[in-house]
Amino acid sequence: MHWLPPQASTFASEIDFMFWVILVITGIAFVIVEVGLLWFVIRYRHRPDRRAYYTHGSKTAEIIWTAIPAATVIVLGVWSGRVWGEIKRRDRLPANAVRVAIAAKQFEWNVTYAGADGALGTPDDFTVRNQLHVPVDRPVVVDLTAEDAIHSFFVPVFRLKQDAVPGMRIPVWFEATQVGEYEIACAELCGLGHYRMRGMVHVHTQEDFDRWMLARAAGGEGR
Amino acid sequence: MTTAAVHHEAAAGGHHELSFVRKYIFSTDHKIIGIQFLFMSLFFLLVGGLLAMMMRWQLGYPGKAVPGGGVLPETMASGGVILPEFYNSLVTMHGTFMVFFAIMPLLVGVYGNYLIPLKIGAPDMAFPRINMASFWIAFGAGIIMLAGFFATGGHAAAGWTSYAPLSARSDLSGVHMGQVLWLVGLIVLGLSSILGSMNYITTVVNLRAPGMTWFRLPLSIWALFITAILVLLAMPVLSGALIMLLFDQTLGTHFFDVSAGGQPLMWQHLFWFFGHPEVYILILPAMGIVSDIIANGSRKPIFGYHSMVFAIGAIAFLGWIVWGHHMFQSGMNPMLGTSFMISTMVIAVPSAIKTFNWMGTLWRGNIHFHTPMLNALAFVSMFVIGGLSGIFMASTPVDIFQHDTYFIVAHIHYVLFGGSLFAIFGAIYFWYPKMFGRMMSERLGKVHFVLTFVFYNLTFFPMHFLGMTGHMRRIYDPTQYEFLRPYQGTNRLITVGAFLLLASQLPFIWNFFWSLRKGAKAPLNPWRDNGLEWTVPSPPPHGNFATTPTVHHGPYEYSSPLTTDDYLPQNQEVRP
Repeated sequence: MHWLPPQASTFASEIDFMFWVILVITGIAFVIVEVGLLWFVIRYRHRPDRRAYYTHGSKTAEIIWTAIPAATVIVLGVWSGRVWGEIKRRDRLPANAVRVAIAAKQFEWNVTYAGADGALGTPDDFTVRNQLHVPVDRPVVVDLTAEDAIHSFFVPVFRLKQDAVPGMRIPVWFEATQVGEYEIACAELCGLGHYRMRGMVHVHTQEDFDRWMLARAAGGEGR
Repeated sequence: MTTAAVHHEAAAGGHHELSFVRKYIFSTDHKIIGIQFLFMSLFFLLVGGLLAMMMRWQLGYPGKAVPGGGVLPETMASGGVILPEFYNSLVTMHGTFMVFFAIMPLLVGVYGNYLIPLKIGAPDMAFPRINMASFWIAFGAGIIMLAGFFATGGHAAAGWTSYAPLSARSDLSGVHMGQVLWLVGLIVLGLSSILGSMNYITTVVNLRAPGMTWFRLPLSIWALFITAILVLLAMPVLSGALIMLLFDQTLGTHFFDVSAGGQPLMWQHLFWFFGHPEVYILILPAMGIVSDIIANGSRKPIFGYHSMVFAIGAIAFLGWIVWGHHMFQSGMNPMLGTSFMISTMVIAVPSAIKTFNWMGTLWRGNIHFHTPMLNALAFVSMFVIGGLSGIFMASTPVDIFQHDTYFIVAHIHYVLFGGSLFAIFGAIYFWYPKMFGRMMSERLGKVHFVLTFVFYNLTFFPMHFLGMTGHMRRIYDPTQYEFLRPYQGTNRLITVGAFLLLASQLPFIWNFFWSLRKGAKAPLNPWRDNGLEWTVPSPPPHGNFATTPTVHHGPYEYSSPLTTDDYLPQNQEVRP
């Protein structure tokens, strides 16, 4: 069994690294508590001649086990805040990104491309159902909207998830690092077809992407 | 800090014999009401469990007919195979029943009612008739909730969180009547909770026996008291949101429908503003109960009593400013996410204090492994897993990936089953002798405990691994996705674990009903506990105490040097 899925975006490795660091920290806490519990339970099990040690606690011990978790979570919090800002802050979207729009509706992802002029909202825009084509090694900004219920745009290999909410236009970005085809899933219960609201991301080399875009913009077929 | 014991009608009511109906059905006795809640919520616990089995079958064996599924109507299953729309109802109603009709009433309804007056030395609740109303209102809510399964269009199917606009527009969900019944059921239940909690608060504040100062209250009572405050502040917010959603469904308002100027995220804010305190409503009383049982089992005072009280208060307070952590990926401004993340992280601190204090209580104890103690120890060891796994989702970047996957499903079950439910089992075994005057079988209790502990972990631990693969929650058929197909074996393993977990409850059910009639007669104080409830007969008479007790000690004076016994009841005066 694999642990986490393959990584195919620039921030995937950073998110995974945080995951593993938290796993190590929580793993240490887990072992301390469970081994401690097991040890105490065996060591201090009832014996006819035993009398429990009468104490109401220890200030020193309590200060220690308050301070250490507090320091740990504050460090984790500050670090998380920084990485989170890099990925999700809307005032930090990468410049010179490819821009596409995705309108989610029951139960499909409608991807609108800018066409030859490279700008969305112009007559040469075109829409493809469930297929997101992007170039590799270039930031892509997706303008996410929803037409009916709330959906959630989830690309596991990119470690990217963002709800699409009716009435909101939410920009999210990613930069793919591996050419290939990856699944898009809906991660928010959106109705009876939620489980099959599946799409694909096609990550092309820049040349292939340009070629596909030209062919499609000219009204060609190319998926 | 003196408290006057207030005598009222309930104390006087014990003199003449009550009719059967007034004694056992429309009873104003807090003990009978607690027992009524116990039967009702155990029934819903079973219903919720059975719904989960159907979900697990579909996930483990997608597209295969449920064994015995032929009895399900066409609207739920076709040829015994569960339909996607019914699956969504199963997801919704499993969560709804477990949270609102099983765990919450088991802790607050049963033990809030049963323990508060007995443990503080009061003859009954401050408002016995309101107390009776709170049970019968909850009962009505349960009937309304069950009725939804027979509604045209099926039961509510928008998840127990009922995110709008899916829950607001029947053209999106295909469900109208079921959703309406769901909303009405919860609004009615909310009324019951509000009545119950104001009763608990009043009772704890006003009816403590002489000498029962605030810092002589058992931690179970502290936890139930603070929980009642949480309920009183959180429930009305949910009720308000539910009423708005009900208006959207029935009166054509558009609070949550963007096409007419509504705002879908407002539902999430309102729901989670209630919903996160609700999480603590479901765990704080369990923590209190476990503290009582661990001190008793260790024959030792609870380690750091005062910091335990402050930790309950801190968790409850922080519980109000973390609701946004359910909404990191919701489209809420990411800057806001950061502040919610920090407050969420900080909750780890009081939780750690509690955990280490439980360990400190065990340290150098004289530990007796009665069934309640085993369940309390399971609570600590499993709650730790649930608490620690929460840190993953609290970290906003990690949450981007883990959000709405099986990782969160594992997390919530480690808190609500590994935590709350083990505490509830411990509480049932511990106070059963007092409630029914008979002992449960220790042997069957231990069999039930071991089987439940093993199969519980077999069911829920692998869900962490599924979550790590990105496996979404609430999907009807994981094999639709190529990246999930390799993990179908894990899904099947979980399903087998879940069936075994359900089967493991048979010894409990047998033990519970068999002991009602055939269990050994319970002595006054079978666990040699310090609580006031153990100074009165099992079961206690209407009015509880023949004379109002006077309290001389804190609740955890085990192995005190003042006595040669290893316990010292709270009302026992020691003369030097």
